[in-house]
Amino acid sequence: MKRILRLIVMVPVAAFWAQTPSGDEILKKVDLNMFSENKVVTAGMVIHGRRGSRSVEAKSWQRGTTDAFTEYLAPARDRGTKMLKLVNQLWTYTPSTDRIIMISGHMLRQSVMGSDLSYEDMMEDPRLENLYSVKVSAEENVNGRGCWVCDLTAKREDIAYFSRKIWVDRERFVVLKENLYAKSGRLLKTLDVREVAQVQGRWVAKSVLYKDVLKEGEGTEFLVKSIVFDAAVPDYLFSKASLRK
Amino acid sequence: MRDRSRSLFPVLIVSADVMLTVFLHAYMGGVKAVLIHSAAHYNTGHVRVMTRAYAAEADQSPIDLAMLGIDTLVSGLRRSHPELLWTPRIGFGGLLDIPDENGETREQAPVAGMAVSLLSPNSPEWKVLDIGKAIVRGSLPQKPGDLLVADELAEKLHLKPGETATLISSTMYGGMTTANFTLAGTVRFGISALDRGAVIADLADIQQALDMQNGAGEILGFFPDDLYHEDRADLITAEFNSCYADSKDPFSPVMGTLRSQSGLSDLLDYMGFFSVFIVGIFVAAMSIVLWNAGLTGSLRRYGEIGVRLAVGEDKGHVYRSMLAEALMIGAAGSIFGTAIGLAISYYLQVKGIDIGSVMENSNLMLTNVIRAQVTPFTYAIGFFPGVLASFFGTAAAGAGIYRRQTSQLFKELEA
Repeated sequence: MKRILRLIVMVPVAAFWAQTPSGDEILKKVDLNMFSENKVVTAGMVIHGRRGSRSVEAKSWQRGTTDAFTEYLAPARDRGTKMLKLVNQLWTYTPSTDRIIMISGHMLRQSVMGSDLSYEDMMEDPRLENLYSVKVSAEENVNGRGCWVCDLTAKREDIAYFSRKIWVDRERFVVLKENLYAKSGRLLKTLDVREVAQVQGRWVAKSVLYKDVLKEGEGTEFLVKSIVFDAAVPDYLFSKASLRK
Repeated sequence: MRDRSRSLFPVLIVSADVMLTVFLHAYMGGVKAVLIHSAAHYNTGHVRVMTRAYAAEADQSPIDLAMLGIDTLVSGLRRSHPELLWTPRIGFGGLLDIPDENGETREQAPVAGMAVSLLSPNSPEWKVLDIGKAIVRGSLPQKPGDLLVADELAEKLHLKPGETATLISSTMYGGMTTANFTLAGTVRFGISALDRGAVIADLADIQQALDMQNGAGEILGFFPDDLYHEDRADLITAEFNSCYADSKDPFSPVMGTLRSQSGLSDLLDYMGFFSVFIVGIFVAAMSIVLWNAGLTGSLRRYGEIGVRLAVGEDKGHVYRSMLAEALMIGAAGSIFGTAIGLAISYYLQVKGIDIGSVMENSNLMLTNVIRAQVTPFTYAIGFFPGVLASFFGTAAAGAGIYRRQTSQLFKELEA
């Protein structure tokens, strides 16, 4: 009788583990889904603050996972503002001052255009497998989609979020939900993917709600308007001189 | 007067105590006045209007919670309370970035900024901040884009009048913003918290830079005589706040008085209590010492009093003569002590005590030179306690006269 009971308990557990890919495999697939050698993204942000909502639009040229050149297109006040990220350095240029200013130190923690994203978020290596060790902890449904729940723990000390919990779509290997935590275990930010679309054979989150839980407001909607993978991105963009052009 | 133990010693005690009481009262009054003056001019005004949300975090100058549409609010305040001078301000933080010849960062330092109406000739800020007197190098701002920087900070940044400085800060919506300014002049206010890293810019320039058109963090109200009238400030505040009492909007305006803001209430109460406590301690100590002196004097004068009683002098007469003597000693000591205390206080009122080295790392809006403040009350604070303590000390000590038995006097004297 005991054997039968043990069997009843063990079979579903064994079945779960048999079907579950390893955490590293999941992260690899998530990263593969998102990254290409180069890409050009036009995206908008709708920032829902305490005093209403504002929209920002920008176009970004990305080379690999380390370099990016971004130009703000709207609103009128920010049009022409440019940002250049080269590996772990970040500069910004505003036409009104004609100054190129390096963003470093505590300024990296500042919000990007008042959104729930910080410059630090932009600076991080976007490949999760490079930064975190991972453990698959459960299987849950998010918006009707079956997901692997993965617990990520930072491999190094200098990472902005010590741990993350991500919900990865089991079929499309796109992150549908994410919670970001400090080392103390305090929840810092949440991400909810509201729309996923297929672009050039990859599943891409086209609408994401970022919420800095330490900030008042309703969060920031990040909307991908267009994305071109493996686009031709000119190298001259990735120099400080291009900020003034 | 020939017996120094009967006159000189008590006069010296009364003088010393009265002098200390007068000096401490003037000094504490001076500290309190400086505290109120500095807080009003550089921080809270005599009354201050903010949004409710801003008021809850006012110490951090949260510009994302600032007021918008201030033109209407300021003109409304000027109409409803013309007895005060109203002026909007923005407190902001950021980095001051100095470019080299290629436009790259040469120097950078954190700054605490104050945006005030600088370019309007009718602005009360000229009088309130006394900017003209604070200029060390360069000139007063004369055109949009002009900036004043604390002299110490300008030295550190190797920034000279006429050079460009870029302010890196946050807009009221939280985005990073940069704006170029020209250094018009450097200033020194004699307040460590400001002189370490303050910048002062015109309100319109900062409204533009921080994306807060027609906005301000706070609107300050000042009594024209530059004195804080607490009762009137309370009345104006209650009247203003009653208009918005039913509002649930976190951005509706709320008015606070100088006393109720920035923790000054507790500090002023504490200083008031401490002032009374110090004076009380000295008066009590003076009474005890004089009582003791009276007892000692009575013992020394035991024989004299005995002879006076033995020759038939009335006990009441002896007692009254001692009290009259005490009043004279008290009056002489009080006049002498008050004169010395006032002289020291007046000296400190003019010269002051420089506490700059103590305030070096302080964030308190307090001038580095603390001065005593002599008021009409300072003239009386030591005099009456000096006279009365001497009087009551002798009255308590001399009560023993009534316990002396006339029948025993000759026996005592023979002994």
